[in-house]
Amino acid sequence: MFQYEHVTAGHLDMLKEIGNIGAGHAATALSEMLGKTIDMNVPSVRVVPFNHICDAVGGDEEPVTAVFLRIEGDAPGSMYFMMPAAEGSRLIGQLLNDSGIDFLSNEPNAMGRSALNEVGNILAGAYLSSLSDFTALNLKPTPPALAVDMAMAVLSFGLIEISKAGDYAIVIDTEISETGSDNALRTKGHFFLLPDPDSLEAVFHSLGVNENG
Amino acid sequence: MRMDKLVKVGMADLNTAKVPQTIRTSGLGSCIGVVVYDERLKLSAMAHIMLPDSTYARSGVINRAKYADTAVADLIGLLEADGALRSRLKAKIAGGAQMFQFSSSNEAMRIGPRNAEAVKDVLASFRVELVHEDTGGGSGRTIEFNPATSVLNIRTVNKGVVEV
Repeated sequence: MFQYEHVTAGHLDMLKEIGNIGAGHAATALSEMLGKTIDMNVPSVRVVPFNHICDAVGGDEEPVTAVFLRIEGDAPGSMYFMMPAAEGSRLIGQLLNDSGIDFLSNEPNAMGRSALNEVGNILAGAYLSSLSDFTALNLKPTPPALAVDMAMAVLSFGLIEISKAGDYAIVIDTEISETGSDNALRTKGHFFLLPDPDSLEAVFHSLGVNENG
Repeated sequence: MRMDKLVKVGMADLNTAKVPQTIRTSGLGSCIGVVVYDERLKLSAMAHIMLPDSTYARSGVINRAKYADTAVADLIGLLEADGALRSRLKAKIAGGAQMFQFSSSNEAMRIGPRNAEAVKDVLASFRVELVHEDTGGGSGRTIEFNPATSVLNIRTVNKGVVEV
């Protein structure tokens, strides 16, 4: 099994490239869906202790919309498309042309939830298929599942496999955002890719990077 | 020695609190927050466990706070070291939700309910009385325990706060 302590700068660069390629394709897909320009920041790749895993999304208790799927195949892992709940509500409101959508309210809102699930599915599919092409690994997403809840409560589920091996996760985080015509930041979303511990070796191997980076 | 009023317990972590402190863990999803306490001495200990059993561990050195069996044993040990009596110990637990509903019924997806069962089994094996249980469902929880009153405060995003 690949040890996190052995991660080198070369490994991290390779994982950044994965975040770039995957989220880049997803951002294009979202941009086509919304008919708007979607920007993407430079991916961050960090070895994060579990207790700091939610820092990027505003803390453990921050309410978020999260679409989760497992990646099956040559390099299993977990994937999230996560937004602050207010942003997720606004994004789906735009898509459905319904400004009343609020995922934090107790209304059932089946239509909004189904739309959000589908958006997550399309974006994650775009992310993974480009990643699969780049690495020549067979990566298949499970059907997506949706939760609107505290960031830590939803992210911890994706850490279960990883937690059997240690208290750290490799997080490949890419932020995408929509900039409005007035230059105000509109929508901000995060792709989190959490490779299972054994998957790093498969990824590095298929990209021709050896254990020493 | 100055004590922080609020003791925080992270994921796969445990700690103790005594009056006037309170002890808290946030964002429980499929994880379980378990608090064991001695009402008379107003001592408490809390863990945020992720997995049912330490046999799940794949590495040699394990973080005992992560697993139901080892974490509960350590909570009891810490309280006893502070003078608590085993026969007086009581427990309250919360968490073990299923945060995502999946179409396929994969056993790994049921980790929340399995965690809850495991914690209850371990408490029973130590003969610690389980006074309150708020487990299952589909909501994340943040909990805070006050050893002065033995009240556990449970907060969810959609249903507000309950005290048990």
